[in-house]
Amino acid sequence: MDRHKKIEKLINSRFSNRGIETKIINEELTLTLSKSLLIQVVSFMRDDKDFLFKQLIDICAVDFPNRNERFEIVYHLLSVKLNQRIRVKLSVAEGDLVPSLVSLYEAANWYEREIWDLFGVMFSDHPDLRRILTDYGFQGHPLRKDFPLSGFSQVRYDDVEKRVVNENVNLVQDFRSFDFESPWEGPEYLDKPEDDKE
Amino acid sequence: MTDVQLKNMTLNFGPQHPAAHGVLRLVLEMDGEVVERTDPHIGLLHRGTEKLIEHKTYMQAIPYFDRLDYVSPMCQEHAFVLSAEKLLNINVPIRAQYIRVLFDEITRILNHSLQIAAQGLDLGATTPFLWLFEEREKLMGFYEAVSGARLHAAYYRVGGVHQDLPDSLIDDIKEWLSGFDKIIEDIESLLTDNRIFKQRTVDVGIVSAEEALNWGFTGPMLRGSGIAWDLRKSQPYAVYDQLDFDIPTGVNGDCYDRYLLRIEEMRQSANIISQVLEKLPSGNVIIEDSRLNPPRRDEMKYSMEALINHFKLFTEGVRVPEGEVYTAVEAPKGEFGVYLVSDGSSKPYRCKIRAPGFPHLQGLDFMTKGHMLADLVACIATLDIVFGEIDR
Repeated sequence: MDRHKKIEKLINSRFSNRGIETKIINEELTLTLSKSLLIQVVSFMRDDKDFLFKQLIDICAVDFPNRNERFEIVYHLLSVKLNQRIRVKLSVAEGDLVPSLVSLYEAANWYEREIWDLFGVMFSDHPDLRRILTDYGFQGHPLRKDFPLSGFSQVRYDDVEKRVVNENVNLVQDFRSFDFESPWEGPEYLDKPEDDKE
Repeated sequence: MTDVQLKNMTLNFGPQHPAAHGVLRLVLEMDGEVVERTDPHIGLLHRGTEKLIEHKTYMQAIPYFDRLDYVSPMCQEHAFVLSAEKLLNINVPIRAQYIRVLFDEITRILNHSLQIAAQGLDLGATTPFLWLFEEREKLMGFYEAVSGARLHAAYYRVGGVHQDLPDSLIDDIKEWLSGFDKIIEDIESLLTDNRIFKQRTVDVGIVSAEEALNWGFTGPMLRGSGIAWDLRKSQPYAVYDQLDFDIPTGVNGDCYDRYLLRIEEMRQSANIISQVLEKLPSGNVIIEDSRLNPPRRDEMKYSMEALINHFKLFTEGVRVPEGEVYTAVEAPKGEFGVYLVSDGSSKPYRCKIRAPGFPHLQGLDFMTKGHMLADLVACIATLDIVFGEIDR
C-alpha cells in the first residue's frame, strides 16, 4: 500500500491548503474535496504521469437526509497503466449543481444521467440530462431515502379501457418493515467493542 | 431532374426485436441504410435492485445479484460477498476460495458460450447456438448439483459458500472437461474461417484503446483493443494468484477480434478449472463464526443459545461495521463492482452496483456511427449486453 501513500503525498503537495482531505481505509484511498475543485483535480489526475487515471469506472450518489449537504457524490477512478484506484468524494445540498465530468470522460454521461434520475442531483454543463432508468413520465427520485420502497404509482392493464393505466399504489396490506435489532446479544454472538471499554 | 429533398429518418428498433437481446429500445437516426446516431432507451427492465437491497439483510441481498446479469450469476455474488467480507474483515477458508474460482470459471464459460452462440445466431448461423446450448445445459447441471438451482444459484455466502461439493461432482466436471476442447474446435470450425461470419465482423465496430478507456470499457471490450487488463491478474482476488493462466488480447479491436478473444478465454477458463480440480484442498467451506454461520441442526436440539442464534441470524442478520468499500471482480462481461456503504446495522445503507454492460451500451453510439443497420446488430451482439445488469 505504499502506492496509496505516494499518491496521498503527491496530492497533498500539489493541492496543499485547498481543503482536500485524504484517507486510506480498508486499503482504499479516498479524496474528499469541494465541488469547485473537482474538474481541476480530476483532470490533473487523469493526465499527470504519476496518476494516469484514464478510466472513470463509476459515479454514484449516497443520500444522507440528516446532513446539511445531503448528497455525497462518489467517483471511482482507475489507472490501467499503473494499476491503481482512487475514490473521489464531494458533498452537495439539495438543488446544488455539480460540475459534469463529460468533458473529461465520455463515460460520465450516463452515470450522471442515472444520478439525476435516481437522486435528483443536477449536473452543470451536461449535454443531455434526461431520465435514464425510470419510466417515461416518472415523477420523483426513487433512491432517495424518503422515497418509499413501494413507490407512489403502479401500472396495470385495464381490460375495459383496453390500455395500460397508471394509478396510485394500493396495497391490500400495509408495507411492513420489522425491526429485528434487539438488545439480545449472545455470548459470542456480537463483538461489543464499546462495552469492553467500560 | 428536379431536386429531391433528402431527410434523415428516425427508426425505432426494439424493444421487442430478436437482435435486441432483451428489452433494448434504440431510437436510430438513419441516412438511408447508414446509422447516423444511436440513442439507446434503457430502463425497461429496471426493478430497483439497489433500493430493494437497502431493505434486506446481507444474506437476503445475495439472490438479487443472480438476477442482475442472469447469464453469469455466480461472479456477481462473488463481488458482493467480497465487499461484505472486506467490511467485516474476515478471511474465507481456502477451500471455499477454490470452489468460488471453480464456479466463477464455469460461469465464464456459460456466459461466453451464450455470447458466441447469440452472436452467431444474430449473424445467421444457427448451428453454434444449438451446440453451445447443449454445453450450457451440462454446466447448469453443475450449478444445480451444488445449489439446487440451475440459474439463480444463491450459492455464495458472506464467509464462504453455502455447502460443500457433492461427492461425484469433481469426477463429473472432469469428464465434461475432457470433451470440451473438442466442442470449442467444432464451434471454431463453424465460425472462425467462415466467410459470411468474417464479412459481418471483421472491421466492424472498431474500438481503439483510447476510446475504450475513455468510455469506461472493461473486460473483453477493453482487451479486444489490445490492453492486457484483467482483474484476475492485476488485482487478484480469491486464489487467482496461485493459478496459471493467460490473458488473451485483440489487435484491431473489431468484433472479430473480440470473438476470437472470447473463444480463447473459454479455453483458459477450462484450463483454470482443471487446475482447481487438481489443487482443491480439503477443509471447511464456510468460516466458523456464529455471527455468519447457522449452528448445526443437532446443536439446536439441546442448546438454547444456538436456537436463539439461528433465529437472530435469519431475522436480524449480521451487523456489519460502519464503513465503505469498493470491490470488483472480473465478471465475464468486464469489471463488476460493488460499492457498499454500511452504517453499522444489519442492512446495507447503500449498495451501488457497477455493471460492465452499462458503459458498454453507452459506447454503442460511437461504435455504430457510419455503419450499416445490419452492422449495428453485430455490434449489439459483440457488446454482450444483458438488461438485467444494465437496468438493475
